[in-house]
Amino acid sequence: MTLIEQDPLAPRASTSATTGTRATRLLGLATIVSMAWLVAFGLGFSPADRDQEEAVRILYVHVPTIWIAYLAFVVTALASAVYLFGRNHSLGFDRLAGASAEVGVVFVAVTLVVGSLWGRLTWGVFWRWDPRLTTTALLFVSYIGYLAVRRLGGSHHQRARRSSVIGLLAVLEIPLVHWSVRLWRSLHQEATVLDPGGDVDMDGLMLFSLFVGVVSFTLLYVWLLMHRTRAMAMEDLLDDQGLDVALQARRAEAGGL
Amino acid sequence: MTRRRIVGLIAAKDLRIERHSRVVANQVLPFAAVTMVMFGFALDSSDVLERVAPGLVWLATLFSLLVLVQRAFAIETDDGALDALRVAGVDPIAIFWGKALALAVQLAVLEVVLLAAALVLYGAEVHVGGVLLLVTTLVAATCGLAAVGTLYGGLAAGFKGRETLLPLLVFPVVAPVLIGATRAVESALGTAGAAVSEGWPWVGLLAVFAVAFGVGGSLAFGPLVDE
Repeated sequence: MTLIEQDPLAPRASTSATTGTRATRLLGLATIVSMAWLVAFGLGFSPADRDQEEAVRILYVHVPTIWIAYLAFVVTALASAVYLFGRNHSLGFDRLAGASAEVGVVFVAVTLVVGSLWGRLTWGVFWRWDPRLTTTALLFVSYIGYLAVRRLGGSHHQRARRSSVIGLLAVLEIPLVHWSVRLWRSLHQEATVLDPGGDVDMDGLMLFSLFVGVVSFTLLYVWLLMHRTRAMAMEDLLDDQGLDVALQARRAEAGGL
Repeated sequence: MTRRRIVGLIAAKDLRIERHSRVVANQVLPFAAVTMVMFGFALDSSDVLERVAPGLVWLATLFSLLVLVQRAFAIETDDGALDALRVAGVDPIAIFWGKALALAVQLAVLEVVLLAAALVLYGAEVHVGGVLLLVTTLVAATCGLAAVGTLYGGLAAGFKGRETLLPLLVFPVVAPVLIGATRAVESALGTAGAAVSEGWPWVGLLAVFAVAFGVGGSLAFGPLVDE
């Protein structure tokens, strides 16, 4: 890249042409292997459910994706807080927050699509106005809004400050939305694994398949997160350099006159 | 100058601008009224309209809220007034409360007009027993909407594409207000046999919402406009 060679002060990271490293390649490999495992257990080894029959297999994707999406949004909120309240306002945390929200939005989309398919098979309808579904849909839209705020423009620190405030406001918004929709109505199947009061009541092999699902999607999340964070760092760098190059070009023009 | 006095000054300034420009009176209120007429065309049945009247009032309020918020921040950003306020060292919390107060006054007028439209157009009825619940609901919902509107309006102010971004940001956040205020007004009006006592838990929700975003907005508004 000639651009970078011209500027001896450009950060070293920019000299890499890809966002991959040895670590991400290993992680990617582990993700592929565990996904293959998930396919084998989810579609093959695990039994069909007594009530839900084959449709139960959808849950090995549906449940892990929403758990990891929640994790992703928690990471977004934490990284936003570190950016906003940290002493040196590191843009790295802002990019981490943004990348995590992007992956979270994709995972929620998967949850909603797969969940509505499951609903069609089990309940006979794609959608029900039940608290968890409705909250999840609003969560999805809220974080699309968050990503839109990130694209408003301005300097990197303006973007970081605005989006971190929005990322933290979601912590206020989501419980309120959930509470209000819950007051409004309730139909959804009660949580089976994350039921705070009860023991886990599931077939062993099914539980293991779900576990494989959680592991696979966690690996996928971390892998995507690392790549997206680095890609965003490169985009920011490109923005900065683009400005420098434009300034140099104008100066050269002025010098030529 | 005390913070309370600055809040009053900013709110008075916004309302004075409105008194001179009459944008809300001449454009937003007619827009809200025509929305109510359009709902009538779409639903085309007096039974259905009477049943859904409270929900339509609040939907029309939310649509108009977006227009009001755009207006509230257009007057700040057009001449760089918001920047000038910040450069002058005005406390951002006071700006937030001042803008929110002015917005709340305009919203309250709007809600009363919409409610009157629902009584006239949709055949909804107010009973003496429901008046207290109705007024409390209007106050609580207005406070919450004004806080959220000011917060997100301030965020989007001065950026390209704010007109399209604002609805996307605001609607998911105010979903609790739409749910709570609609149920509370249904109880107050006795829609579909709802009892007045059923409405009070919803007012609780609206109050919690207003307090949460009042506090959240006070904390967040400074970092948002301080650029």
